[in-house]
Amino acid sequence: MSVFKDAGHLFRFAGLFVLAFLIFLVVRHYVVPKSFGQYGHYRGNAIGEIAARPVKFAGHETCETCHSDVADKKKIGKHAHVNCEACHGALASHADDPATITPVLPDTAVLCAQCHRASAAKPKGFPQVDPANHYSGTPCITCHNPHSPGIDAGGAK
Amino acid sequence: MKISRRQILILLPAAAVAWESVLAGTPEDAPNYKLTDHWWGMLIDISKCIGCGNCVRACQTENDVPDRYFRTWVERYHVSDENMTEPEVISPDGGKEGFPVAQQDDKKYFFVPKLCNHCADSPCTQVCPVGATFISPDGVVLVDQTYCLGCAYCVQACPYGCRYIHPQKKVADKCTLCYHRITKGLTTACCEACPTGARQLADLKNPHDPIHAFLKTHSVQVLKPQMATGAKAFYYDLDGSVR
Repeated sequence: MSVFKDAGHLFRFAGLFVLAFLIFLVVRHYVVPKSFGQYGHYRGNAIGEIAARPVKFAGHETCETCHSDVADKKKIGKHAHVNCEACHGALASHADDPATITPVLPDTAVLCAQCHRASAAKPKGFPQVDPANHYSGTPCITCHNPHSPGIDAGGAK
Repeated sequence: MKISRRQILILLPAAAVAWESVLAGTPEDAPNYKLTDHWWGMLIDISKCIGCGNCVRACQTENDVPDRYFRTWVERYHVSDENMTEPEVISPDGGKEGFPVAQQDDKKYFFVPKLCNHCADSPCTQVCPVGATFISPDGVVLVDQTYCLGCAYCVQACPYGCRYIHPQKKVADKCTLCYHRITKGLTTACCEACPTGARQLADLKNPHDPIHAFLKTHSVQVLKPQMATGAKAFYYDLDGSVR
């Protein structure tokens, strides 16, 4: 045993090292979230938390459950593929509570121009007008029905 | 207040149970949604984009994106015949309020909507030192904002400039492909608001998704293919001048 003679300080040091490592393992066990590593090097529960955020655009299917009259009209017109909230804005709050939250109708003079103001940059086949020459300040809705546009469709809804 | 040894022994297991629930976090919100059944991407048809900015506004509303920061934005390219490799690109306020009227009818113009490409081999997730950003099993690049340190390595790593540090939260923020919507069977806010169908959410694992029919009959391209990021934002009618 002469090899280990006077080696007590080394054993004490090794013991401290092992103890520190054990403490590290215990601390790591408690501070690393349980779901870390569930799918990869990240907290698995983060996926569920991100998925749980609230929705603000209800989606056109939700609108159509109540507003089937508008949906029917829209189906046959040029705006068939324009979703309700593309013009009316995010309205999940209205879908959740239709009685108290009532949407404000958009100003067609501004709204329609956002898409249909003539610009050389837009795709050539897209219907465009120069607002200055096309009308004299009258809102678009006077002549065009936004749910089924075209001059024959008549104004308002 | 003096707590006896007996009281401490009674309280300890209760505290341990409470801490366990803190560590475990909230359970998954969409029980009918199977992570392994989906592989999300997006299809962007440049020939249909009119630069109205609806997608940018919808994204900011849906995701509370702060002003002057963008999870998606629209760029307008103007390519001259003389110098096709150096286009003039504008994106006033991310295209949020549309674009100035272009007069020169004989020049080549087009709009390029941009967003996170949700790369399958994303450079941004590889550089995160703490495992705060990751690609989910259904192919969406997400940020765990409770874990993010805000070091901004990922912001530098993204070759598409799709990330930013949130000015209030001081953590990385980016497009989640409206993860809270697509896991509930809805489409993204930008796709919902797009009036021309220029943007379409695509589930590459769903054989009934219209993307498959489109990919069979059209040639599509991703941005910066030379970087081999496995980008899943597929562009149709993309000009070679787009960077």
